[in-house]
Amino acid sequence: MARSGVRPSTGAVIALVPVAFLVVFVVWPLVAVGVRSLAGVAPERVLEVAFRSTTRSVVGFTLLQAALSTIVTLVVGLPVAQVLARYRFWGRRVVRVVAVVPFVMPTVVVAGAFIRVFDRVGVVEARSLVAIVAAHVFFNVAVVVRVVGGYWADTDRRLEDSARMLGAGPWAVFRWVTLPRLGPALAAATTLVFLFSFTSFGVIRLLGGPARATLETEIFRYAVRRIEFDVAAVLALIQLIAVAALAVISGALQRRVAFVQQGRRRSLARPAITWAERVHVGAALLLIAAVVVVPMAAMVEGSFAVGDGYGLDHYQRLFTRGDLLPVSAGRALLVSLGFAALAAAMAVVVGVAAAVTVVRGGRVGRTLEALTLVPLGVSAVTLGFGYLLAFSLFELRRSIWVVPLAHAVIGLPFVLAAVVPTMRSLDPRLAQAAAVLGARPRTAALTVTWPLIRPAVATGAGFAAAVSIGEFGATSFLARGASSFTAPLAIFRLLSQPGEALRGQALALSVVLGLLVATLTAIIEWRRADGATLL
Amino acid sequence: MLRKLFVLFGAAILVATACSDSADGDQTLTAESVAAADTDGVTIRLLTHDSFAVTPGLFDSFTADTGITVEQVAGGDAGEVVARAVLTAGVPEADVLFGIDNTFLQRGLDAELFVPYESPALADVPADLQLDSEYRVTPVDFGDVCVNYWVDQLPDGEAPATLADLAEPQFASTFVTQDPETSSPGFAFLLATIAAFGEDGWEDYWQQLADNGVTVTSGWEDAYYGEFTAGGGEKAVVTSYASSPPAEVLFAPEPIDEPPTAVLLDSCFRQIEFAGVLAGTEHPEAAAKLVDFMLSETFQADIPLNMFVFPANETVELPEVFATHAEVPSQPLMVDPAEIEENRAAWTERWAEIVLR
Repeated sequence: MARSGVRPSTGAVIALVPVAFLVVFVVWPLVAVGVRSLAGVAPERVLEVAFRSTTRSVVGFTLLQAALSTIVTLVVGLPVAQVLARYRFWGRRVVRVVAVVPFVMPTVVVAGAFIRVFDRVGVVEARSLVAIVAAHVFFNVAVVVRVVGGYWADTDRRLEDSARMLGAGPWAVFRWVTLPRLGPALAAATTLVFLFSFTSFGVIRLLGGPARATLETEIFRYAVRRIEFDVAAVLALIQLIAVAALAVISGALQRRVAFVQQGRRRSLARPAITWAERVHVGAALLLIAAVVVVPMAAMVEGSFAVGDGYGLDHYQRLFTRGDLLPVSAGRALLVSLGFAALAAAMAVVVGVAAAVTVVRGGRVGRTLEALTLVPLGVSAVTLGFGYLLAFSLFELRRSIWVVPLAHAVIGLPFVLAAVVPTMRSLDPRLAQAAAVLGARPRTAALTVTWPLIRPAVATGAGFAAAVSIGEFGATSFLARGASSFTAPLAIFRLLSQPGEALRGQALALSVVLGLLVATLTAIIEWRRADGATLL
Repeated sequence: MLRKLFVLFGAAILVATACSDSADGDQTLTAESVAAADTDGVTIRLLTHDSFAVTPGLFDSFTADTGITVEQVAGGDAGEVVARAVLTAGVPEADVLFGIDNTFLQRGLDAELFVPYESPALADVPADLQLDSEYRVTPVDFGDVCVNYWVDQLPDGEAPATLADLAEPQFASTFVTQDPETSSPGFAFLLATIAAFGEDGWEDYWQQLADNGVTVTSGWEDAYYGEFTAGGGEKAVVTSYASSPPAEVLFAPEPIDEPPTAVLLDSCFRQIEFAGVLAGTEHPEAAAKLVDFMLSETFQADIPLNMFVFPANETVELPEVFATHAEVPSQPLMVDPAEIEENRAAWTERWAEIVLR
């Protein structure tokens, strides 16, 4: 792509958007909090904290639970992703949409449901590593289903069919034909799931029990309970190092793509024909049902339970009285929707510009790719405190905009995970052909590239919106009274006092939130018959 | 070119951070200077914890009287609020902080967060709530963290009468409390046991509780709604608040006369919540007027049903559900704030050794 002329290249201008965004909203806050926390701290102290035996065991447990959670999420998510990509069956769209709902479920409510389910089943302790992993799978399986599944659906199945025809068994086909082609999406999804589990807070606190600590919970404990900012900062540095290492590995894996997609949008899914195929589809669906639907069913049941029977009382009370809430529940849902729209819009604009830069490669692209992961991989406390310090300058910290901005920062890596693998796999000859036929670069981008990446952008936008709608930690930290009172804050508030009616209303609001995000996802991602989305 | 941009941004940030470090000089406030100040058109930011709540429109009369608009900044739980105030000490994000309690008070005082101000409204506040003799903070409300029990789920139908009872075999595996290091009521209950059994006795008591099968959760929600009878759990005794029984009445799905829970009065630790004018504010007088307002009848009467604690102003009448169903211990357990701050880490670590291992 050699260009000449004195004007700054389009690529540099495009790169400027994500670079400026990430420097202002990620790098600057982290530098500010680092400087404030570590100023005047002796290097010996830093080393002492970093190499304490407790730090080592905390790092060990953090990595262990994150690795286990990631592996199990992949094991559950990949069969579902495959079935959704390769087969047409009744309810396929419903499964795609339902998988996203866990994303917006409040941790407090989900943890309660898990404890209930584990207690009832009684095989494993309600508070254990198993419970932590199960909850992480619940929250994250959507990432694998969507990111990998969406990409999978666009890979040409005829290659696999040919391999089968030539005598390869199912496993050999998966190992040597499917898996290598899924590489980029798989690496992106794995990275996100790992980081999510790596910095998970509520799940560890509620399902791990008090004796279990991860870097995230320890940073919170030292920064907030003990106000020992130096210890918290050292632990935050360890988190950063881990994220950097992961970014390098993930980036390298994603760049190892050798396969070029045909860029075809037409769905290659077909109905399951043989019995073996039907069993295969059924088993994958049962798996996701067990992980996702069972805990959600427990919540739905709770939202209708009144005394010894069932009724709509909690829903009625929620939307008529809304006990304890500073604004009506409907208003809180509207605020959530508004923030989600703003956050998703910002995440998509910045994310697509970032994806273009990342795909172009080079040092800037690689740095950018790693930087977008940082907000997911460092603790919410670190970033939140960073915002307070950094944005004292323009008093942005007092602005209501800081909430959707923070949501956009968190949603950004999801947009990249959906878009970058697709952009990398595009056949460059398509754009070249357009150029040869006389299209200007901009025309080629709009008429050739954009339609091809549009479904991936829609997936990313849906994710960014869902992340925003469900976000609690940063919101509670940055919220400004009634004008930024979102639905998750309302749920948390309802659970802050005793009383059966309050608990019922919290569950009812969770259910409404879940329905809302399912509808929203369905609208954003509705694939028309020709495979295009509404976006 | 982009690398240069990175560097440039970095340099700009460092300069900006360095410049923003200048704190204001001394600020002094008296009742006269506050009353005389023209505060028309000023906007005051009130930093509070997530549990802060008022009836919508409560500040309207305040705005009408003083010309001050109040903007609320909710900053996480009580600990997070103090932490962020300490982090931004001197360059505060708000003008008034509300919600620092006696378990965190000393930390806020050590960090010199507040400008001293003796509100004339303190005349109606009992002396035992006024913990800071220099008036850097003003008590606004108080509440008690107490052991609660579900009345008809008790083993043998007998209620515990003292803290020591909970260590008896009769209450084996019936008690759930919270980790003091992650939960505010959990920490308050640890302090209750330290106040009740003394420096020499509390470790033994916790050893007995541990042997008796006490359950520990990370937070109040998973104790009350997870393990306790209220959420379908199996534990009949839980660490909660003195105001929990009235809340059970108020938020019952069907109207009830008596709460299903009751409080063990012998176990109550008193938490007092304070407000203070944050040092570095551009509007100290307006901030002080807000502190006055928080002690006024209008604000104080609004407290119980919104925050489930008691007003500091003793002349204010309590709502009926509180008057009927809330019990206030006459001799609540307390520990000096300075002593709490000094021993916090040692106590919680020792507690973890006894209970979590």
